[in-house]
Amino acid sequence: MAVRERLSGNEAVAYAIKQVNPDVMPAFPITPSTEIPQYVANYIANGEIDTEFIHVESEHSAMSATIGASAAGARAITATSSCGMALMWEELYVAASNRLPIVLALVNRALSGPININADHSDSMGARDSGWIQIYAESNQEVYDNFIQAFPIAEDKRVHLPVMVCQDGFITSHGVENILLVEDDKVKRFVGAYEPEHYLLNETERMALGPYAVSNYYMETKRAQREAMINAREVILETASRFEEMTGRKYGFFEEYQMEDAEYAVVIIGSAAGTCKAAIEEIRATTGKKVGLIKIRVFRPFPEEEIAKALSKVKAVAILDRSEMFAATSGPLGAEVRAAMYQAHSTAEVVNYFYGLGGRDITVSDFKSVYDNLETIARTHVVTGMYEYIGLRSTQSEEV
Amino acid sequence: MRDTVEIRWHGRGGQGAKTAALLLADVAFKTGKYVQGFPEYGPERMGAPITAYNRISGNPITVHSNIYEPDYVVVVDESLLDSIDVTKGLNPKGAVIINSTRSKEEIEEHLHGYQGAVYTVDAKAISMKALGKNYPNSPMLAATVAVSKIMEREEFLAEMKASFQHKFAKKPEVIDGNMMALELAFEAAV
Repeated sequence: MAVRERLSGNEAVAYAIKQVNPDVMPAFPITPSTEIPQYVANYIANGEIDTEFIHVESEHSAMSATIGASAAGARAITATSSCGMALMWEELYVAASNRLPIVLALVNRALSGPININADHSDSMGARDSGWIQIYAESNQEVYDNFIQAFPIAEDKRVHLPVMVCQDGFITSHGVENILLVEDDKVKRFVGAYEPEHYLLNETERMALGPYAVSNYYMETKRAQREAMINAREVILETASRFEEMTGRKYGFFEEYQMEDAEYAVVIIGSAAGTCKAAIEEIRATTGKKVGLIKIRVFRPFPEEEIAKALSKVKAVAILDRSEMFAATSGPLGAEVRAAMYQAHSTAEVVNYFYGLGGRDITVSDFKSVYDNLETIARTHVVTGMYEYIGLRSTQSEEV
Repeated sequence: MRDTVEIRWHGRGGQGAKTAALLLADVAFKTGKYVQGFPEYGPERMGAPITAYNRISGNPITVHSNIYEPDYVVVVDESLLDSIDVTKGLNPKGAVIINSTRSKEEIEEHLHGYQGAVYTVDAKAISMKALGKNYPNSPMLAATVAVSKIMEREEFLAEMKASFQHKFAKKPEVIDGNMMALELAFEAAV
């Protein structure tokens, strides 16, 4: 029997860490990090787990120590958020290129400046090219489930890549919701004992990790990382299917909500998808309009063909981005979904929105306006620009 | 949607409005409900206005926005009435519950013409009497349950007693005082 609980997203991830009982967790546990390292430190202090917690002097050191531990052959994790991850930047690439199956609990928050630590995807979207698998969550339940699934994905011999398990800052991380927890023994069986294939403390196999690679070797290394990312696709689905057998909860690259007959679709990542679902229920119940949602769970690797297929029958699509990339055109999700649709010769109209930057709220009625706009665009075939904003105050606005 | 009760809490950093919202989520969860309890963070400092929210429902809740049209508003610090329109968007069939020594009539002048029910609870006096200290959040929690009728009085008190027994396992002498604060506030708000 699953355990019915109510937990914040931070508590849910810390609980999953307790159930997995990893070997090593280096972390820098003050703002902008979250309560996750603090809760784990409590579990360790209370003797509930025997993870070695390493107090480091910065996030750069946190990721460096996690890399060292993982390279030595330990199951190593860390947790951070916002500018904390920005300080890990060069080490993120080192973790991925050395093919270390690290799991990172990331609470998505804005990057400075102006100084802001509210929900925003700038931190992980900025790291989208670092070679990490990225998995996002709508709810506390999903981030818990994703965290457990991250280990078998990262450690699979076909993959050997680090995984970033993301959730929206404050909205799920500090918000308490109902959650179903999996029993400890089932989680342990699901994740399994970690048996590294190649590791530095193996005295029977001499190896070097992270050496200088001249131009004769660098490109092949990148090609190998790409192959691993391609392999991750099937491993992510296999792991999801095993998780469904255990819990009944179904996961894939993305969730399709009311898409069977949808004419107008929103594509989005994270907690706002739940708000969009409430708008969809209301619109369908009151007007009968065929509106639907695609909620991206896996952004790296990007499920290009599958998304294009899921959008193949709609008349108009709104892609919502919670981070800027200052291309002065699309946001990161907008650009990739557009590319996927182009590749599939889609004729649907597309509009890209920026929303929720730095924690700006998005409501059910905002989503209703988005669907109204999609209907107009589908009818007139006029899209005014590459992107629009939701909830942006005008410069003359009196309300703060 | 409408089987969901939505509550907005106004307080100042350090007064326990966020804790009260999380406690309400806790106690509603224990009676079998689907719950959300979440704060809206501004600058993190003592005394700054803070807002916290609850959604309580018989069905799973997917909405992740703040609450703009609450059924109930709870004001833990009445000095906020001068700077914040606390009844903004408040359902006229709902109620506002304010921690104050003043009468309902005096308070109503500060409520921007809100037409719904107004309750005042002297949470400080209740807390001083029951605990000898000013902890306004527990009395305000009890008053909120009494006014919103989210659950029955006995059910609420039994669940709270169980969580106090857990929380204060090492100082059981404060349990009776906390229970008294809840009971007094429950009476004061009905």
